[in-house]
Amino acid sequence: MAKKIVEITMPQLAESLVSATVDHWLKQPGDMLDMYEPICELITDKVNAELPSTVRGKLVKHLIGAGETVEVGAAICLVEVEADAEADTEPSAGAQEPVSPAAPAGGLGTTDTASGALGSSGTRGGEPASRPAAAIAPASGIDANAPMRHRYSPAVQRLAAEHAIDLNRVSGTGEGGRITRKDVQVAIASGNASIGTASAVNPATAATAPIASSAPSDSSLAPMDPKIPVRSTGIHLSESPRIPSIEIEGQEVPGRGEYFIDVTPVRNTIATRMRQSVSEIPHGWMMIEVDVTNLVLLRNKLKDDFRKREGINLTYMPFMIKAVVNAIKDYPIMNSVWAVDKIIVKRDINISLSVGTEDSVVTPVIRHADQKNISGLAHEIDDLARRTREKKLKLDDVNGGTFTVNNTGSFGSILTQPIINYPQAAIITFESIVKRPVVINDMIGVRSMVNLCLSLDHRILDGVICGRFLQRVKENLEGYNLDTKVY
Amino acid sequence: MPVIEYIEAIRLAMKEEMERDNDVFVLGEDVGLKGGVFGTTKGLQQQFGELRALDAPLAESAIAGVAIGAAMAGMKPIAEMQYSDFMFPATNQIISEAAKIRYRSNNDWDCPVVIRAPIGGGVFGGLYHSQCPESVFFGTPGLKIVAPATAYDAKGLLKAAIRDPDPVIFFENKKCYRLISDEVPEEDYVVPIGKSKVMREGTDLTVIGYSMPLHFAMQAAEELSKEHGIEAHILDLRTIQPLDREGILEAAAKTGKVLIVHEDNKTGGVGAEVGTIIAEELLYELDAPIRRLCAPDVPAMPINPPGEKHYLLNKEKLKKAMLELARY
Amino acid sequence: MMHTGSVQRALRHTELGLTDERAVDMYKMMMLARRFDERGQLLQRAGKVNFHISGITQEPSQVAMGFAMDRERDWFLPYYRDYGFVLSIGMTVKDLMLSLYAKGEDPNSAGRQMPGHFGSKRLRIVTGSSPVTTQVPHAAGFALAAKMRKEPSVAIVTFGDGSSNQGDFHEGCNFAGVHQLPVIFVCENNQYAISMSLEKQTRGRICDRALGYGFPGVRVDGNDPLEVYRVFKEARERAVSGEGPTLIEIMTYRVTAHSTSDNDMAYRTKEEVDEQKAKDGMPVYKQYLVDAGLWSEEKEATLQAEIRATIDEANDYAEKAPFQPVEDAFRYVYAEENGEG
Repeated sequence: MAKKIVEITMPQLAESLVSATVDHWLKQPGDMLDMYEPICELITDKVNAELPSTVRGKLVKHLIGAGETVEVGAAICLVEVEADAEADTEPSAGAQEPVSPAAPAGGLGTTDTASGALGSSGTRGGEPASRPAAAIAPASGIDANAPMRHRYSPAVQRLAAEHAIDLNRVSGTGEGGRITRKDVQVAIASGNASIGTASAVNPATAATAPIASSAPSDSSLAPMDPKIPVRSTGIHLSESPRIPSIEIEGQEVPGRGEYFIDVTPVRNTIATRMRQSVSEIPHGWMMIEVDVTNLVLLRNKLKDDFRKREGINLTYMPFMIKAVVNAIKDYPIMNSVWAVDKIIVKRDINISLSVGTEDSVVTPVIRHADQKNISGLAHEIDDLARRTREKKLKLDDVNGGTFTVNNTGSFGSILTQPIINYPQAAIITFESIVKRPVVINDMIGVRSMVNLCLSLDHRILDGVICGRFLQRVKENLEGYNLDTKVY
Repeated sequence: MPVIEYIEAIRLAMKEEMERDNDVFVLGEDVGLKGGVFGTTKGLQQQFGELRALDAPLAESAIAGVAIGAAMAGMKPIAEMQYSDFMFPATNQIISEAAKIRYRSNNDWDCPVVIRAPIGGGVFGGLYHSQCPESVFFGTPGLKIVAPATAYDAKGLLKAAIRDPDPVIFFENKKCYRLISDEVPEEDYVVPIGKSKVMREGTDLTVIGYSMPLHFAMQAAEELSKEHGIEAHILDLRTIQPLDREGILEAAAKTGKVLIVHEDNKTGGVGAEVGTIIAEELLYELDAPIRRLCAPDVPAMPINPPGEKHYLLNKEKLKKAMLELARY
Repeated sequence: MMHTGSVQRALRHTELGLTDERAVDMYKMMMLARRFDERGQLLQRAGKVNFHISGITQEPSQVAMGFAMDRERDWFLPYYRDYGFVLSIGMTVKDLMLSLYAKGEDPNSAGRQMPGHFGSKRLRIVTGSSPVTTQVPHAAGFALAAKMRKEPSVAIVTFGDGSSNQGDFHEGCNFAGVHQLPVIFVCENNQYAISMSLEKQTRGRICDRALGYGFPGVRVDGNDPLEVYRVFKEARERAVSGEGPTLIEIMTYRVTAHSTSDNDMAYRTKEEVDEQKAKDGMPVYKQYLVDAGLWSEEKEATLQAEIRATIDEANDYAEKAPFQPVEDAFRYVYAEENGEG
């Protein structure tokens, strides 16, 4: 049989002992050892004892000489045993400590519109090697929507008040974008974020004496920046869309305040399609509101890592599409076409995305969307959006869609009446995510709410089935939580 | 300067005080002939005789009560409780008597007794050889309570306790006995009761605690400094009662982020009082909620190794908590 | 009590080494204690003080015990009924009144403790508390200190029959037995612990417990003060000569309720109480002194008047004395040099 060499280690003979001395060896190299046979005598401060062998085999080598002292756990000799014999190992040290997640600071992800992304301000802490010092974050990295951004600790408020610091201009390096005491101290030192002509009142001595009596009065809190709206309106365009500049043919008619824009081929196509859809399909309309608080948390938690790992942004669309696709699987009639004497229910779920550019809207298709996970959907969306902007779409990209999802929230709207993408049966929009007070268990809570609007072909679909479908989409969206996997 | 073990520091403190003052003597189970079950009183009976290193019958209330009586008579007794887990029969004597003698007699009588008791786990002692009962006596006015973490402090605080005119409970950590060694001067010195000590300077967070867990905090602090550039400020309370309010507030205000650690159970432990003192005085210096990392609210630790490890604090748990707080 | 029909009139007290004067002093002291105790009860019922705990009919044995000890050298750890005892080792009625009224000048505790919680460093009376029997190990500690310093002093500690069941009694006795300490353990067995009569506290004899701890235990009739004196003298001799502890069980009876907060007719009969009252040792001892030619009714009248005056004066003084100022109410938790935070 094959042999292997194992170690015998110094045990802990009694509580509080950390080392022991080998007085003399009872067994020499070459001797056979039986299980529990004494191999040496040990001396400690508390007890003297014989050490029994914990393996059966042949003693090969003394690692410690007589009279030497070693720490508990150190190897004292080598024994040759049968290869399948289990050496007496110490109970393994505790499980590896989980790596603490990086501080999820940074902006909300982009929409899939052409307008540039807000961009996650990514240079915050998380890399093991870098120092998470407060001062290093660039000024442009202030993300007004980071979850902990407006949680001011007492120390922060006091320092800001005493030094007339505008907290809205201080970047936060703490958890969730929180402004830490150090961040304010840095701002004080750099003078970057002072309010007006900053005449510093009572420079704070941060260290010693407890501040018992000098409670800051209400007036000394940093004044609210009027540019920040009281209500957060969720996703919105970061820049105003450019007005399409198209050459004007013809001339201005003097005295009348109007001018002409030529109709491009794309505009023509859109017009035709819209006309056809509206005139042929009797549009019904339905709406439901969804609590996506957990989805927002989930996405915030994941997006930095996702960006690093995948190189693209993680927006809400992949989550929405997945929720819709799963609901379609439960209610396949939503994925159908009216064919006068029959209704054709499509098996493939190809999701048409509305991608807006400055002057038009295109609907490229994610084929077999049901076979993709959230990460995959994110990649597809990004790819299609990019190619749309770069005008690199092929015919295949825009054909074959069976259901359309439109991210109207990216325009800031909260209600839309979309027009069905002919000849599909329905179109659903994902509006702006808005923080609203809602009633939960008869108490008021603040939740992130989003409206989903559904236009339906009333020849195929009725209220009940659509209601159920919307409910299912709602359930799926509300089912996202911090444990949801994107792969 | 010699480097000696924590247990030796305790032994030397008793030996030197007994040499210095004939009224000092030690009594307890097995302290005389055997020199103590840990060896803490080794050699004392040989040097000072049977009466001054007195083997007492197995009766903790009597050990404490006799010591209290002798203290009132003008002696300076050191009563040893073999394990703090077994000191509860003496609780009546300690709380009803020792703590109140000066007050109830309007300063006519006093009680300069020292009661030593080993605390702490990590020695596979199971439920009844590993407890930390500081919170039982904490908050009893009239008592002083100390719990050193280093050999230097062990010697200095025990000497201070022996010389103190009031009753002092000396909680020595049995895990520290042979694990912790540091520089201890040979000449006579005393560590004042009621004064904390900064173990490590830092700017990113403050750790406040006592006894063994501080060593884990120090190890974690080294790693955090190397790996993340985080510098922890660590305060060793050394005395639990009376708490060094000034020291605590100064250390907390330095960083605004406080992590309190001790091996005693979390609820109702000394940490709750430290946290409240900080909350009462330093609201406008706080940059994060005050956190406590302590043993769970479970009667005591199991003897099986994974159970004991799960219960105890260690470097990894300290490091994780310190990192989280630094990043808050 | 007295030998009759013999030419030699060898008096008991003389044989015990008591001078005539001391024998008479014992009686005076008992009466003083009795009258003080009665006054205490009246004051409580009159609403002048909040609380009084009585030891009536236990005075003869307590005074005899006190007279047997060495006031300069011994250590005294009384329990809360020991007025006769503390008076005979140096406390005054004024001290007791101040304690009863909880005034600032009270030597025991400046009015912090309930009455009956005696303490005076000067008189070598060790401060006591309410949790019973804790003073028993303390007495062993005082005895140990005496042994270590090679001082010829004895610690004497008293407690009731109920208290003799506490763990501290057994632990203290055992410790003293093992180390042969100079201490006298005194159980004043007045047959009741609040409402519980003796057979509910123990089925054995309390004095027999000493055997288990390796030293002698004796029972003595509390109504015979000379016998009590003799027994204590012997025990003290044993202790100072290094022979170790003694347990003395004084058999007596508690004719009053446990305290002014107790209604004793709830657990015993008036007949029983009256029967025991008739056995009061004081009139008997008085008769002994009269028979020895050392006392008379005139002297009795004078004594009563003197005691009455002493008590009235002490009562008046205490009633008018101030309380401890509230600024000082929280002092002395720790030694003053250190101070509290």
